[in-house]
Amino acid sequence: MTVLEWVRLGTGPTDRLEGDRSGRAQTVIVVLSIVLVLVALFSLTAGASDASAWDVMTGWIAQDGTADAALTARDRIIIYDIRLPRVVLGMLIGAALAVSGAVMQGLFRNPLADPGLVGVSSGASLGAITVIVLGTSVLAPLMSIFGLYALPLAAFLGGLGTTLLLYRVATRRGQTSVATMLLAGIALGAMAGAFSGILVYLADDRQLRDLTFWGLGSLAGATWTKIASAGPIILLALFASPFMARSLNALALGEATAHHLGIPVQRFKNVAIVVVAAATGASVAVSGGIGFVGIVVPHLLRLLIGPDHRYLLPASALLGACLLLLADAVSRTIVAPAELPIGIVTAAVGAPFFLWILLRRRGILDL
Amino acid sequence: MIDATDVEVSIGSRKILHGINFTARSGEVTAIVGPNGSGKTTFMKSLSGDIKAKGSVRINGRDLRDLKPWQLAGVRAVLPQATSLSFPFTVREIVRLGVNGGRSGANAKVEDRLPEKALAKVDLEGFAGRYYQELSGGEQQRVQLARVLCQVWEPVLDGEPRWLFLDEPVSSLDIKHQLVIMKIAQEFAASGGGVVAILHDLNLTSMFADHVTVISRGTVAAAGKPAAVFTDELIEEVFECRLKVGVLPAGDVPFVLPQSAC
Repeated sequence: MTVLEWVRLGTGPTDRLEGDRSGRAQTVIVVLSIVLVLVALFSLTAGASDASAWDVMTGWIAQDGTADAALTARDRIIIYDIRLPRVVLGMLIGAALAVSGAVMQGLFRNPLADPGLVGVSSGASLGAITVIVLGTSVLAPLMSIFGLYALPLAAFLGGLGTTLLLYRVATRRGQTSVATMLLAGIALGAMAGAFSGILVYLADDRQLRDLTFWGLGSLAGATWTKIASAGPIILLALFASPFMARSLNALALGEATAHHLGIPVQRFKNVAIVVVAAATGASVAVSGGIGFVGIVVPHLLRLLIGPDHRYLLPASALLGACLLLLADAVSRTIVAPAELPIGIVTAAVGAPFFLWILLRRRGILDL
Repeated sequence: MIDATDVEVSIGSRKILHGINFTARSGEVTAIVGPNGSGKTTFMKSLSGDIKAKGSVRINGRDLRDLKPWQLAGVRAVLPQATSLSFPFTVREIVRLGVNGGRSGANAKVEDRLPEKALAKVDLEGFAGRYYQELSGGEQQRVQLARVLCQVWEPVLDGEPRWLFLDEPVSSLDIKHQLVIMKIAQEFAASGGGVVAILHDLNLTSMFADHVTVISRGTVAAAGKPAAVFTDELIEEVFECRLKVGVLPAGDVPFVLPQSAC
């Protein structure tokens, strides 16, 4: 069976039963895991410097100093302190964005719900900007308590506030109106933008520079410190997501039916909202606004393996990580030796894709 | 046994149900009939635990409020009027959700093929690989029934009867499938489970229900065996429509009754 046939037929060679896509989904997950490892290795070797990741790795494995001869201290720094953190951060952020998109779409029962589109990212940005601008003055006492975690925590709270508001406005008696959700997202985004604008107005020169670099959306500033601050929150959200799969599947049939199927709906929704806000907030805090990953990745995967969240969530994490690393590779090389912010790359690819989804679903969107 | 006493529900300031008393026995099909807006669906929602109602509802002797959602899912399954989906699930994936949601009671080997069995039961053999969203309304309703059946596949589990709550299970079905579905309900009850169904067709009700409760304006207007409940007076009072029970149409107007199928 050719790959094309396989995609069209919707069943993999391991599926025994008609309409059962689990075997196919498992195959896709295995393939994506292998691809991710390859893409990560490729990202480690690619870059402006000719430092060889292979040499570093052999040196690391050998440990006896023989391989170290070929390894300059400069290469070591480039691999360990510049490329490796960038790759790790890219994987974490890509996975977080894709999974938070998939969870949010499941929660709102709508394939267009994406944290970036409906204002959650703007809310998270507002939280982050608040810390950057006021962290040295009004919020200084809090900064000393939370230290490293102040920025991701603030972004998390900003994202949480917006998600809760959005859910309140757009969902009535378990039914989410697509139009209300998207419009409320615009309003919330504008509101967060306005407050962010006021803060930017208050910022001094040094803070303005920080804000600009942060806001462009980039993995360029990846450091182990950033990973230490956002990583735990993202990993927590990622590891929580498999436990949400069964509930999200049941929720696809509506809140009442989810309850009939044994899901404690209200409690689950609270957990899901916190997970979405945590993953989005932590990503926004360290990498600024990287859009469209959360909408493109789950959508592609639904076409390929179906909407069963038991497979959709892990596959989204893997594909999100792959795509973000690839986007990062493009952003580093397309205007080399300069660098394009990665947010520009994902938007350039993701926005037309979003329009394509709209075009396909126009008839059934009840807008 | 389902035992509801003094069930009261208000939505906003409007009182929908004014103290309903209701019983349904396992081994029987219990029908709920009544005009539009009389509170049938609201009452079923208070039986299934969807809305908090004043009064008490006991399922198999246990108070509804003491049961967690996942415990409830092992005792009763609910067929809603219509279910729309926003993601492209296949028919099999939808039916499978029933297996994962409740306790089918079947052994692991049977459970694996339960979606196929349930689909065959609702006359949808060969539909497993189709997309739910591409089916007609009547087919979708039968897919949902297959899912509901999977959730409580064995009518009796651990010596306890299980319950099917069906909200207008035949509303969008052709006559053949109305009979198919009602026979499934009858069979489920005959095997020891309990069925509570909201119905509009008084003929089907007379044919399949062992017990019928008539709800009108949020109260119980009558309850008992269909033969005793359906009188000219009751129907005129409840449905505001002068109908005569058991009268053949005059002249040569054709009429087809489901009763003639047996």
